[in-house]
Amino acid sequence: MSDHSSSAATPAGTATSVLEHPLVDGPVGPGCRKTDPIVIADGVTRQFGGLTAVDVEHVEIPRGQITALIGPNGAGKTTLFNLLTGFDKPNTGTWQFDGKSLAGVSAYKVSRSGMVRTFQLTKSLGRLTVLQNMLLGAQKQKGENLFRALFRALWKGEEADITTKAEELLARFKLDEKSEDYAASLSGGQRKLLEMARALMTNPRLVMLDEPMAGVNPALTQSLLGHIKDLKSEGMSVLFVEHDMHMVRHISDWVIVMAEGKIVAEGPPEKVMEDPAVIDAYLGAHHDTDLGDIDGPNPVEEAEKAAAARHADEHDDHEQKHGKDEA
Amino acid sequence: MDWGNILGNAAGELISPTTAAYALAAIGLNIHFGYTGLLNFGQAAFMLIGAYAFAISVLTFGAPLWVAVLAAFAASILFAFVLGIPTLRLRADYLAIVTIASAEIMRFVVTTTSLTNVTGAANGLSNFSGGFYDINPLPEGRYGFGPFVYSADQWWVRLVGWGIVLLATLLVFLLMRSPWGRVVKAVREDEDAVRALGKNVYSYKMQALVLGGVFGSLAGVIFILPRAVQPANYGTALTFFIWTIMLLGGAATLFGPIIGAMIFWVVLSLTQGILYGLIDVGILSFISTSQAGQIRFILVGLALMLLVIFRPQGIFGNKKELSFSV
Ligand SMILES: Nc1ncnc2c1ncn2[C@@H]1O[C@H](COP(=O)(O)OP(=O)(O)OP(=O)(O)O)[C@@H](O)[C@H]1O
Ligand SMILES: [Mg+2]
Repeated sequence: MSDHSSSAATPAGTATSVLEHPLVDGPVGPGCRKTDPIVIADGVTRQFGGLTAVDVEHVEIPRGQITALIGPNGAGKTTLFNLLTGFDKPNTGTWQFDGKSLAGVSAYKVSRSGMVRTFQLTKSLGRLTVLQNMLLGAQKQKGENLFRALFRALWKGEEADITTKAEELLARFKLDEKSEDYAASLSGGQRKLLEMARALMTNPRLVMLDEPMAGVNPALTQSLLGHIKDLKSEGMSVLFVEHDMHMVRHISDWVIVMAEGKIVAEGPPEKVMEDPAVIDAYLGAHHDTDLGDIDGPNPVEEAEKAAAARHADEHDDHEQKHGKDEA
Repeated sequence: MDWGNILGNAAGELISPTTAAYALAAIGLNIHFGYTGLLNFGQAAFMLIGAYAFAISVLTFGAPLWVAVLAAFAASILFAFVLGIPTLRLRADYLAIVTIASAEIMRFVVTTTSLTNVTGAANGLSNFSGGFYDINPLPEGRYGFGPFVYSADQWWVRLVGWGIVLLATLLVFLLMRSPWGRVVKAVREDEDAVRALGKNVYSYKMQALVLGGVFGSLAGVIFILPRAVQPANYGTALTFFIWTIMLLGGAATLFGPIIGAMIFWVVLSLTQGILYGLIDVGILSFISTSQAGQIRFILVGLALMLLVIFRPQGIFGNKKELSFSV
């Protein structure tokens, strides 16, 4: 533990010179300040019994950018999501979203304030149709009030509007054919897509996706990456957890690396993979256990490949080739 | 065996006020469990509260009919809050435990002898429905057709009872096709997903608990209009009959509770008629009529088992929905 935090405290300073980046105010490193943060968290810790799942001293999520949160299994990424969105209570810590403190605020209010998350283990509403799942996402519906609900005339127009919007989104996510089917009849990947589309129905300012592409086929992944970039161009901020390094490199503007509950590295995607703290995070967490061979290789390999690609200075070619292999 | 009489009695159950009361209680439970997923195992308590609030208002406070009905409403709303405030934030099973326990507590409270002058203790209460029959607009006399020949008062309680059942059904229809209904159905499927979309799940669960509880309470009032209030009627068995009715008709279906209640009472009446008839003519010599009364409920249990094995979605339920059982 202690040598992790010490290596984290001196990020890239040892090998390379101090990095700077337009998104960052000051030197780049774990917990660095952003020029325009949308989320600022301080001293957030969460313990499960003796295990410290999250221990984040300071982290900022840049506004209007796509930020990837990566780290080995059990690093505390999902727990951090749960804490920030009010689905879990921290032992200590404060955080603010868009200048508004959200510590201790209940999950539905966090969502209403514009910070909307999806779940790693998808939560589709099985005995509702796909379209109903989508409509549920729309905010401030008049018909959701018990008394107004009785009078259809009061909410009919609004219902038509959000239905149009939902159908557009479903088409984008290739679910339009399924809109009248029960969500329970969708495949695992389709449920991921539905959950993401449903989150977008809320018009979030920050969307937090927990492994959005797990189980989605590579062809669709490509087009969804495009959609995530569109979200950015519409002014939305995106924070996503992902194990697939192609995707991370392909779309993220910024990468935050967690290991054993701490932020151990931060940086632009092409730089962060070279960070010794990252390799250490993936190798160090498990490298003397048997498990290391099973869940270690992919990200480590990727980190090494990324570094190699850098050296060979043919980063883009490599990535495209690899993307095709995968498909 | 007098088949005409047996069938006539069974047909009478179709429109009896008791059937209406059970249907209404099941409509309430259907809002709780069928639509919102709340495990309420104390619907009997809501019926008890409605019955006692109505009867006590009239007998102890001399309240007019409408005040007594309002008292039944208010008492059940209060009770729903008492149950819901501590439990609806917790996991679903806590509500189940609390509702079972509080239903039994309510039954013991009204049975306790120290409240005899208010609740009548084990003897219960009677002679409180004068106000209801006073406003009966139907002409005096007995009329009807076939097996359905009743006095004016008997018609009056049937009309009002079934009128309320139909209104409640209409209300459920209007609500469940609305965005409000969409939210409560989503709560049934996954609370956290609904929270993540910015809905106050706790508030929706509370609204559903109150609404279904008010229907249970009104059912309690209809139930006692043609009879006395008897604390023994409000045991856990009553709750389980209401559950049987709801599951029989099909949870989360509009007409399930009504058809479920009709089938439940018709079958009970038929089996009673047939068993008593068989005892009468000496075919069943080894059981007494009181044992026959118990056998009816064994048969109901058996029918429920067969139902969940062969038609788990109930009569109106959608097989497709059930095939992704939760
Ligand atoms: N409810 C819980 N009770 C006890 N321990 C928990 C709980 N939730 C998470 N943990 C522990 O906290 C640590 C962090 O878990 P978390 O789910 O945040 O990891 P993660 O980074 O999302 O991993 P993955 O990439 O596998 O999804 C793990 O060691 C996990 O065992
Ligand atoms: Mg996770």
